[in-house]
Parts: sequence; C-alpha cells; structure tokens
Amino acid sequence: MAQTDANIRYLNPPTVEVRKKKYCRFKKAGIKYVDYKDPEFLKKFLNEQGKILPRRITGTSLKFQRKVAQAVKRARSLALLPYVTDLLK
Amino acid sequence: MLKQYETVFIATPVLSDEQMKEAVAKYTKLITDNGGEIVYEEDWGLKQLAYPIQHKTSGFYYLIEFKAEPEFVNTLEIQFKRDERIIRFLTVALDKDAVAYAEHRREMKASGKKNEAPAAPAKDSDVQLDIEVDIEEAKED
Repeated sequence: MAQTDANIRYLNPPTVEVRKKKYCRFKKAGIKYVDYKDPEFLKKFLNEQGKILPRRITGTSLKFQRKVAQAVKRARSLALLPYVTDLLK
Repeated sequence: MLKQYETVFIATPVLSDEQMKEAVAKYTKLITDNGGEIVYEEDWGLKQLAYPIQHKTSGFYYLIEFKAEPEFVNTLEIQFKRDERIIRFLTVALDKDAVAYAEHRREMKASGKKNEAPAAPAKDSDVQLDIEVDIEEAKED
C-alpha cells in the first residue's frame, strides 16, 4: 500500500538525540585530590568487573583521569577494591 | 627538610587488641625516634579484604600520617617487610593538595560527620546521576 510521507506512523516516536554535554566532575566541584582511601567514591569510575572506565564515558578531564587511575590502583593494592570481580555494583 | 607522608598498613586478623596496639606503638616509636613526627593516626578496625591476601579474608587497617626525612621511608618499609604481622602496607608522599585534603578529612571526622565528602559539594546527587545516565548510553552504542 502506497503511503504518503504525511501519514507514516512510527511505532516509537522518532527521538531527536539531545546528548548532554559531558563535563569533568572534579573541575566542576573543585576537587583537587583524589583519595584512594574512599573506595565507595572510586567505584563510580569502575565498571562491574572493577575495570577503570574510560574518559569518553565518564567525561573526566585528562588531568583527573590520571589521578583517578592512580587512586584506584592504590586502593586495589590495599585490598579496598578488587583487581578482578563480577557484579561490583 | 621534613616531608609529609601517609602510610596505611594491614595487620593479620589473628592479633588481639593488645598485640595490635603493640604493633602500632612500635611503628609510631620508630617514626618519632628517627626525627619524624606523627601528624595523625586512625584505626579503621577489622575490615573485609576485597580479595584474599596470604589466605586471609580480613585484616586490621591502620592509617598513620607523619612527617619525616625522605630517607626514613625506606627504613620504615623494611621494618614492615620484616614484620610477619603486617600483610600489606602502602606509603604515599602527600603533596600540598593532599595535605589540604587530609586536613579537611580530619576536620570532618572530628566534627562527627561520617560521610567524608572530598571538598564539600563533590557528592552532589545530580552529578552522580548524570554519570550513570552517560554509562547507560555508552553501553547502547
């Protein structure tokens, strides 16, 4: 059946992607030091397997990504965070 | 020139309270005897380890902040290595931001607030939410 453009019906309304701009939470909140002693905070930068999330997902700036990575590695060596796991969250 | 350091060590869970105090006293004495000074001490108590170390699943955590000569750190770590009661340790030099953070953390502890938010507004709930949304988006890709 021929349809004109006007009466095409979508099952799901076509969503226009409005992507929120990512930002560095450390810059925004004015945090200067990333603490390795606070595993609950560091978990925000890990995936379920305990791997460090890339900047492209978290939006962290390069400067703080390095500090986060350092802090996570320190926390791992102190057994505050696991090196490998499943279902961290 | 004294530099500020922070060390966290994990002692075996088999120690009694007495033995733990003795171990702590040994290291604080070692620091002060070598011309250092203790800035802060904190007992985290018995905690579960995230993974087993030497077949142990828990340990006593203890944090010491101190000022000492850089050469002293090596002697301290040798003592940790030789001590069978210590199953893990980590010594970190504190830069000026870290010192500021440590002071802030201490004040928060002293004022009785358990939640140690680094530099106050860091843990805004909407900040957290944003990131979670981002992560979900990324998985769909």
